[in-house]
Amino acid sequence: MDALLRTVDVNKYFGGLAAVSAFNIDVQAGEIVGLIGPNGAGKTTSFNLITGVYMPTSGRIQFEGKDIAGMKPHAITRLGMARTFQNIRLFKEMSVLDNILVAEHMRMGTNLFEATLRLPSYMKKERRVHERARALLDEVGLSAHEQASATSLPYGKQRRLEIARALATEPKLLFLDEPAAGMNPQESVELMDFILKIRDQFKLTIVLIEHHMQVVMGVCKRMYVLDYGVTIAQGTPEEIQKNPAVIEAYLGVG
Amino acid sequence: MNPGLINKKPSMSRNQILTFAAACAGLALLFVFDSTLDSFTLQIFKLCAINIILALSLNLINGFTGLFSLGHAGFMAVGAYTCAILTMSPEQKEVNYVLQPIVPWLAHIQLPFLPGLLIGGLFAGFIGWLLGVISLRLRDDYLAIATLGFSEIIRVLLTNAQTVTNGALGLKGLPRFTTMWWAWGSAIVITVFLVFLIKSSYGRAFKSIRDNEIAAESMGVDVFGMKVLSFTISSFLAGIAGGLLAHYLTTIDPKQFIFLKTFDILLIVVLGGVGSITGSVIAAIAVTISMEALRFLDGPLDLGFVATSGIPGLRMVFFSALLMVVVIYRQQGLMGKAEFSWDALARIGLLPRRGPKPGKGGL
Amino acid sequence: MDLQTFLQQFVNALSLGSLYALIAIGYTMVYGILRLINFAHGDIFMVGGYLAFYGVTTFLMPWWLAVVVAIALTTIFGVGLERVAYRPLRDSPRISIMISAIGASFLLENLAIVLFDARPKAFHVPDFFAANFILSGVHIASVSLIIPVVTAVILAVLLWMVHSTRVGMAMRAVSTDIDAARLMAIDVDRIVSITFAIGSALAAVGGIMYALKYPRLEPLMGIMPGLKCFIAAVIGGIGSIGGAVLGGLLLGIIELMTVAFLPELTGYKDAFAFVLLIVVLLVKPTGLLGKNQGEKV
Repeated sequence: MDALLRTVDVNKYFGGLAAVSAFNIDVQAGEIVGLIGPNGAGKTTSFNLITGVYMPTSGRIQFEGKDIAGMKPHAITRLGMARTFQNIRLFKEMSVLDNILVAEHMRMGTNLFEATLRLPSYMKKERRVHERARALLDEVGLSAHEQASATSLPYGKQRRLEIARALATEPKLLFLDEPAAGMNPQESVELMDFILKIRDQFKLTIVLIEHHMQVVMGVCKRMYVLDYGVTIAQGTPEEIQKNPAVIEAYLGVG
Repeated sequence: MNPGLINKKPSMSRNQILTFAAACAGLALLFVFDSTLDSFTLQIFKLCAINIILALSLNLINGFTGLFSLGHAGFMAVGAYTCAILTMSPEQKEVNYVLQPIVPWLAHIQLPFLPGLLIGGLFAGFIGWLLGVISLRLRDDYLAIATLGFSEIIRVLLTNAQTVTNGALGLKGLPRFTTMWWAWGSAIVITVFLVFLIKSSYGRAFKSIRDNEIAAESMGVDVFGMKVLSFTISSFLAGIAGGLLAHYLTTIDPKQFIFLKTFDILLIVVLGGVGSITGSVIAAIAVTISMEALRFLDGPLDLGFVATSGIPGLRMVFFSALLMVVVIYRQQGLMGKAEFSWDALARIGLLPRRGPKPGKGGL
Repeated sequence: MDLQTFLQQFVNALSLGSLYALIAIGYTMVYGILRLINFAHGDIFMVGGYLAFYGVTTFLMPWWLAVVVAIALTTIFGVGLERVAYRPLRDSPRISIMISAIGASFLLENLAIVLFDARPKAFHVPDFFAANFILSGVHIASVSLIIPVVTAVILAVLLWMVHSTRVGMAMRAVSTDIDAARLMAIDVDRIVSITFAIGSALAAVGGIMYALKYPRLEPLMGIMPGLKCFIAAVIGGIGSIGGAVLGGLLLGIIELMTVAFLPELTGYKDAFAFVLLIVVLLVKPTGLLGKNQGEKV
């Protein structure tokens, strides 16, 4: 079967330093794949490479069989990939609703002319995206905060908003960068349920970076382990837990 | 200015009535001003409108798109010169171009004001687009210094293109086209345009870039394209303001467009609130009027205990000190990022509350 | 162009370039520490020139004393400016502090117009600097030789200081990561003050030497040299002292030599720096000797 996402020998150097080397992953449609590893292992860098924030030094990245390495992030988002960020990046001076509406812009199919003249054709589109955005906020339980400023939300809800915003781009593939960071066990469990729920509801494929082993092991059927930019292991949670290389990387046995 | 056009949220019927009433009152006021004010006061009143356009156009790029650009004087100059050259009569051109005659293809062109103004704006917009494509990959202070550089390059070019711009001599005796209706008509149209733009999906895209560029890009916003768009619109508007200014002053020369002019506009934007249309409009009017009202500072002063025989420049000391005080103690300026709306007035108790509670609905 | 003219122009270019370099160092140091374009730097330069002028004319000091006093006062002034206008905004968005810098520059220029009068003043050049001598047909004003020598000495002292003293080490630490430096118990405020002191002292030296070379003082005299020297710092790679010197020399040489070789471009002289700036920013945004600093995602 053809993978939804495939990277082939992707390398990224910063100066002379290899941040990621020989990065090879395959993600099948409908999977939830985990990406784990100690700090500085190159996990976020690989997200940045796939979503176009960084340009790979070498190697190929294919999404639905199409080469996307070197494309700009917004063009990649258009193809059906979306992401969240490790250090939440909301539009902080904008309302919760507007945060979602930004993600609707690219599919709104409007032009400057009709938008600034407020032609009926535009107002119709505007109503449509408002409806969609409100439905989405409802879905993730943020309806009550729609007019609040994004950064006034409590931390956990900011994370949710970021995920909802990514969903508004209607992705096929969603990248979550440490969604459980800073959450207590109770919140983490809720998050796991939430991830599974949106996967089914929006027919998503998800790649997830996470430190909370409970979360990764709970939702991922398969995972990759990175250390110093190198993929040191891959397999099911059970296999990973027993893998000596992984244990060594985490415990630093030398 | 008619603030009613910036209304925002629901209870449409009440707000629509208020907006309509405010618009009528505004028009009536303009009419009364136009027919009763003496020509000196009217000149200041016109300058308010031109400064509104300048402040709004700078705020679009600095306040709403988050790009710190210091090149506004250059775009104004392009608009001013283009409009002036296109609308001057052939005879007037002959009188002006004494050192070297104007290039033949411009010598006999004479357009009415509106096409001249629009072409001036479009040309400034085109230059803005060009410079934007070149420089908008730069960030923050690098962008600021590059745009400042562009504006200085434009000024040097204007000073040296003797056969097109008449160089350092400038252009004199331009027709006084900028009447009260032209100035305020343009300011109102442009304000409404910007309000609609900012409230549209494009406005949201601009603001998302200001708030977090990387996230905006990841949400499918073509960040570079949007920056160029915002920069181009802003340059276009600056060009229009330049054209209005040229035919308001009736004399222009390259020295008027040194980057200190950009600082004057920046002053208005910062005082009003970076990212607030309402703030820019109010501050443009307040600063323009007080610049005139405080003119006495430059003249002989007698404070009772100390008398001076006139200190030119004291007025600008006041304004530059004001700018610093605001930046240090009240960064959000007058309005912050807030806008005028009838509902906001109602919320602070200046209007009776009616209709549904604000918060839900409406575009 | 014969060799003699070339040498003549080269001597001029070298002294102008050294002057640019001196002022550019101040920009680059402040930028390196605070990531701030100190728009008021050019105006501090102007203040230095005026203080020396008043020292000689109003207070009848011998010129060397006037120079020393002017440098000292300008230094205090620069440090005070940072206290008042920049320190309160250190944790604010970068745009705010940049606007404050622009405001400070604006204020100093207008204050200078009020206090010093907008009309230009003639700067008295002591005989020692005005002396002219001819070396194999090339006219050399002694000030044209003194400027490069002063710049070279200052550069040597600064490089030693930054790389071999504790204060220099602290400066480098603050410039690399201001928060980490604070955690390492470095008194960041003190380092910033020292940086402004050095930058302002250099601006004063630059202002006085500029006035010796072009003996005319005006309230707005700092604007153009200020902008050009900032550009020189960017061209060399902002944050790098060596880069500032390289950029300053390069800019001075390009400016004067282009005009010497292509006199028809004289009117465009003030645009060269900006054109050069834009080319450098587009081709190598970090400048000739600068290091890359991307945003972390």
